[in-house]
Amino acid sequence: MSGEGTRLIMGPFNRVEGDLEVRLDTSLDTVVSAEVSSPLYRGFERMLVGKPVHDALVYAPRICGICSVSQSVAAARALARLSPAAVPEAGGYAVNLVHAVENLADHFTHFYLFFMPDFAREVYAREAWYAPIAARFRAIKGSAAREALQARASWMEIMGLLAGKWPHTLSIQPGGSTRAISRPEKVQVLTLIRRFRQYLETTLFGDKLEAVGELASTEALHAWSEGRSSDFAQFLQVARALELDRLGRTRNAHMSFGAYEQGAGHLFAQGVWVAGAVQPLETASIAEDVSHAWYAQMAGAHGPLRDAPVPDVQNEDAYSWCKAPRLGGQVVEVGALSRLLVDGHPLALDMARKGGHVTARIAARMLELALVVPAMEGWISAIDPDAPFIDHSALAPVGEGAGLTEAARGSLGHWLCADAGRLDHYQIIAPTTWNFSPRDRRGVPGPLEQALEGTPIRPGEEEPVAVQHVVRSFDPCMVCTVH
Amino acid sequence: MTRPVRLLWLQSGGCGGCTLSLLGAQGPDLVSALELAGVEIVWHPSLSAASGREARARIEAVASGDEPLDIFCLEGSVMTGPDGTGLFHRMAGTDEAMMRVIERVALRADYVLAVGSCAAFGGITAAGGNEVGAVGLAYDGRQAGGLLGPDFRSGKGLPVINIAGCPIHPDWFTQTVQQIAAGVFDERDIDEWQRPLAYTGHLVHHGCARNEFYEFKASAENLCDMGCMMEHLGCKGTQARADCNIRAWNGSGSCLDGNYPCINCTAPGFEEPGHEFTQTPKISGIPVGLPTDMPKAWFVALASLSKAATPARLKDNAARDRMVTLPRDKARDAGGAKPGKGKQ
Repeated sequence: MSGEGTRLIMGPFNRVEGDLEVRLDTSLDTVVSAEVSSPLYRGFERMLVGKPVHDALVYAPRICGICSVSQSVAAARALARLSPAAVPEAGGYAVNLVHAVENLADHFTHFYLFFMPDFAREVYAREAWYAPIAARFRAIKGSAAREALQARASWMEIMGLLAGKWPHTLSIQPGGSTRAISRPEKVQVLTLIRRFRQYLETTLFGDKLEAVGELASTEALHAWSEGRSSDFAQFLQVARALELDRLGRTRNAHMSFGAYEQGAGHLFAQGVWVAGAVQPLETASIAEDVSHAWYAQMAGAHGPLRDAPVPDVQNEDAYSWCKAPRLGGQVVEVGALSRLLVDGHPLALDMARKGGHVTARIAARMLELALVVPAMEGWISAIDPDAPFIDHSALAPVGEGAGLTEAARGSLGHWLCADAGRLDHYQIIAPTTWNFSPRDRRGVPGPLEQALEGTPIRPGEEEPVAVQHVVRSFDPCMVCTVH
Repeated sequence: MTRPVRLLWLQSGGCGGCTLSLLGAQGPDLVSALELAGVEIVWHPSLSAASGREARARIEAVASGDEPLDIFCLEGSVMTGPDGTGLFHRMAGTDEAMMRVIERVALRADYVLAVGSCAAFGGITAAGGNEVGAVGLAYDGRQAGGLLGPDFRSGKGLPVINIAGCPIHPDWFTQTVQQIAAGVFDERDIDEWQRPLAYTGHLVHHGCARNEFYEFKASAENLCDMGCMMEHLGCKGTQARADCNIRAWNGSGSCLDGNYPCINCTAPGFEEPGHEFTQTPKISGIPVGLPTDMPKAWFVALASLSKAATPARLKDNAARDRMVTLPRDKARDAGGAKPGKGKQ
């Protein structure tokens, strides 16, 4: 029961990837403050120390079964700092394709399996929109689950072709992709992309991807959704009815490491979006604070290329295994919305004018589906099947460097040092480490903790449904978060 | 009236990749596969609506014995550290170490399934110094024991069934569950590491598209080459127990088809091979790990013989990332196709 000054602990908070607990201090009808706790620690950063450098490509993807390729890409890029290898153009496209298949599958899985089933909860049974939404999106039993699983599985057939299997491929290497793509395979892949496009255009959007990608304002988005019965349009109608644009508000800076390399740049640009202006990314100002996490306290933060926190359950201020990464000491938010803000997509800019919110985060993922699938058709078509896909230059036994990429959920970085052909330092900062960070030494809460403040609680609610929407709107990946 | 087969799934020290692999089940999809087997999901962390208090209540109802449990699945290692407290994984929403919850549930189940090599043997989470104390349900690496002890038997008298793999192939799970639900899974269906024989009765080598290169010891030199990866690139397909090249991954693939070696991920201890994963350890030029059941002297003799006999085509192609010399029917070149002399 919610009452004045109640402490509420929600866990296991499921339909997220991995383990999550959310602790709330509530008043009668509102969340006053929140603490986000990651309760599982596995120790990949320490496990990797002492391993042959190239073996990072076996261990790193296994940090996460849902962002496995992103972990491969970050590890391969960090290892590439030990080598003069330059990824050949065709190899770059092949890696982009494999990475995009994973990222888009994650957006798709999040929407159908993780996020939407909350609208089938009994608490909404009296809403006018309830019956068709519950029939469509109810967990496991709704009509969408089966259809979405089938569309997703057929989409993942691209992984069978280009990466051997998913998750946990070894096809992504510092010098490119192990899997050259032949002329007939180009057509096979293009056909699989078109099959997914067909599902998206028929069922998810009910419109051409290009038409969705061109929606330029909140007003245009809502006009587009009216009278449309596609899955995304139905979400937008519910979002309006429930005013999800008022939920999960944040006023943070947004960061992107840049997604899908194309020539010298990216399909989605690198940078930091602060109050409407884009600034260059200064990775040297990234550092992790462990004041509220179960690690031995350090004299100061020097960044992930130098710091290697040691687990310590004795820290009495701690409530999470998640460290608190900060950019120049500031909280930043990452994810699809952040990528589109940094890249200047007009719909993202309009939706987030007054800050991030639940509707904007969901819409940004859907927008990425609409924008990236056409880009993939371009990449596969641009591949010269007679060109090299990989550069085999050897890795130097000594060196250091960072590997940066964008996972589905946002910015992912690996920082490593090598000596005598072995790793002697390895640090990982994952997207949800940024988004679900605990407080830092100044007591500043992380993005989700901020987003939860002020979340309404319905009369008699024991585990507020609005909290569920806010938490899942970030699409957290907890196994990446702590690793 | 028979009630549905009740399945509870918990996760601990793993990456969730076995669930994610399972979501890719095809012919039929996962939801249909479970429905056809008459399986009802009591709770699954990625799929179920129930969260928080409601989820805890469902788990507790089973752990206390108030409600029956037919199949318990654990994904991820059991986290016993630090210092045996299990606090590296506290169950969210509670103060209880996850290993205690796992133990209480396992003791109530008719069948206990370790899904993936982490839950079976400790797996990747146990790599390095294993500071976190990651173990499997009934093994700590190759050592019988793990969380539940070497003599553990589930309600139906079976040891933990180890669906090992990193990750599992979706069919390894769905077919095991279908067999259990049909009441036809017993001791005869598991191998010496308690893995389902349905897939470990094979070697990864079986059906490998590189078999011709293997036969003639025409070897790949770099990751991407078409040749056999046993000699230089660490491939353990001739020893690894799984049907990866018979049963396609994600429609058509396998590690070998992705042009990278088998790392024997269904075996206990695969996470610490004692050498760089993609380099073959050798003594006087002979790979240390020989094909299953192959005497060393015969391997050496046959390898040198077959190397001497390697067709030019295989030599040309082995260290290339695409075929440069193709097979060609000599009858076509010898003028063997003589249309004028066909039957009337």
